[in-house]
Amino acid sequence: MNLSIEQKGSVVLLAVHEERLDAHNSSELKNQMLKLFEEGKQNMIVDLQEVRFVDSSGLGALVSGFKNASSRNGCLKLSGLQLQVKSMFELTRLHRVFEIFADVDEALASFS
Amino acid sequence: MNTDRIEVDIKVPNQTRYLCLIGHIGENIALALKHYGGDREKLAYELNLVLTEAMANAILHANEGDPAREVHIEIGIVERNLTIRVYDHGQGFDIRRFAEPGHPLDEHGRGIYLIHSIMDQVSYHPSHDGHVLEMSKKLN
Repeated sequence: MNLSIEQKGSVVLLAVHEERLDAHNSSELKNQMLKLFEEGKQNMIVDLQEVRFVDSSGLGALVSGFKNASSRNGCLKLSGLQLQVKSMFELTRLHRVFEIFADVDEALASFS
Repeated sequence: MNTDRIEVDIKVPNQTRYLCLIGHIGENIALALKHYGGDREKLAYELNLVLTEAMANAILHANEGDPAREVHIEIGIVERNLTIRVYDHGQGFDIRRFAEPGHPLDEHGRGIYLIHSIMDQVSYHPSHDGHVLEMSKKLN
């Protein structure tokens, strides 16, 4: 899976450079997020601006990351959701769980 | 001919790497329809999602991840009725358990709920050497 990880002050920015986040690659994202939390990271932005398609296992991986952040007194926020991807969050009511921002800059600003 | 008539019958190995292939077929069918009055981009995402979820379900749950097995998928459109059948070789499961959304923080169990919310009718019943997940939707 093509991911990039960048430290932005106290926040880790994890950008997903894939067209799809599905049952084929979502466990890689989940494991990468877990690794970062185990290394002591607390606050994370997952940027999905390149992701055109998310299925239920992709949503599950993000929920796993959200819970891992919360249990470490941190927060996982999302940025850059495409229109159809955003509607998946609404359909599954996950838009009430995640803080969702239009882009990385807005998400970063919310942490300061 | 005034309506779309499409039949696709495909068999792929029981591996998640082929989810993308099957999902794209659904997406492309939505974009290629001659007659569709709704939001085509939305339908494309929905067919991609329904096929991806149904196939992932067959691979991971019914066929127990065995890469030597096969998933058989039929997609048909006749007179604006879309039917998708996904055949597996498993023992089956109780589809009613997953028809409603679970707790928001559950990591699993959203796939069947998503299929139910997109398709008009969903059933899961025994087929000759396993089960078939049959889903239909009226395309307006």
